[in-house]
Amino acid sequence: MPLNQDFVGRCFVAEVPFQVGREHIRKFARAVGDDNPLYHDVAAARAAGFADLVAPPTFLINAMPGTLGLPTDDPALGLDYTLVVHGEQRFQLHRPVVAGDELVTSSTLTSIRAVGRNELLVTTYQYETTGGEQVATGICTLVSRGTAAPRG
Amino acid sequence: MSASPAVDGRAGETAVGETAVGETMTAMIGYDDVEVGTELPERLFPLRRADLVRYAGASGDFNPIHWSDRAAAEAGLPGVIAHGMLTMATAARLVTDWIGDPRALVEIGVKFSSPVVVPDDDEGATVSVRGVVEKKLDGNRVVVNLTTRCRGEKVLMASRATVRLP
Repeated sequence: MPLNQDFVGRCFVAEVPFQVGREHIRKFARAVGDDNPLYHDVAAARAAGFADLVAPPTFLINAMPGTLGLPTDDPALGLDYTLVVHGEQRFQLHRPVVAGDELVTSSTLTSIRAVGRNELLVTTYQYETTGGEQVATGICTLVSRGTAAPRG
Repeated sequence: MSASPAVDGRAGETAVGETAVGETMTAMIGYDDVEVGTELPERLFPLRRADLVRYAGASGDFNPIHWSDRAAAEAGLPGVIAHGMLTMATAARLVTDWIGDPRALVEIGVKFSSPVVVPDDDEGATVSVRGVVEKKLDGNRVVVNLTTRCRGEKVLMASRATVRLP
């Protein structure tokens, strides 16, 4: 069943800021197989001029309201998450995320359009700290497989 | 392309804490050191089913298509597939390891063109990543075009990172 177009233009923000923690950075870096000392060793990060452990660039995907920035558990959207695959992802980083950052991420669903049998959901993200510092922006395309309305 | 690309062990199998401090603390590549066509040598990154489960836990993305054969089959996929963001993180790593300093990465974008199927066996899947400097821009910025393959197929397309070099 096609997705609910009423959600286009809506902006989603988590109720509480995303607290970037050291152990989450370490766990995430291990999960992507990255042993860069800046992601694991506080002393190494400080010696390199960072306030604390540095997060790998794609760590930003964690600091997202809902699932990948969308209210996937809201039945009104009509998204079956098992039919979703990632289509495209882009981040522009103003500075690396470090442990101790409190991030406020706003995610805006900018379009839902049918391409063949699939629907493409485009979402844009803005990451800023609770202090109002812009940290990064992002854009994501998700593919909802086979949910487009049949032609005719 | 190098004849025998370096194979990376997963962090779970290596002693993370033993990495030499300072090894990657400063950018070692300068803007004047690179030209259009400069290559980032190919590296191989093995991905096994346990790595997908670990990534699910670390990222909070528990979509069952990334760990359950049953869910993947029901969703019409050829098998359990890696999280796109795990493949992207792997591609990004070629760049952050090359430049040494994660501050230098200013933009990265990829299109997921083909899924990385990760069977539940000892082999899993192997993702290969190589890069080439595509453009030199003002402000000491350099655009790296990344080629990421699995089983010979391009799993990422239009995959580019922009870095600001000293």
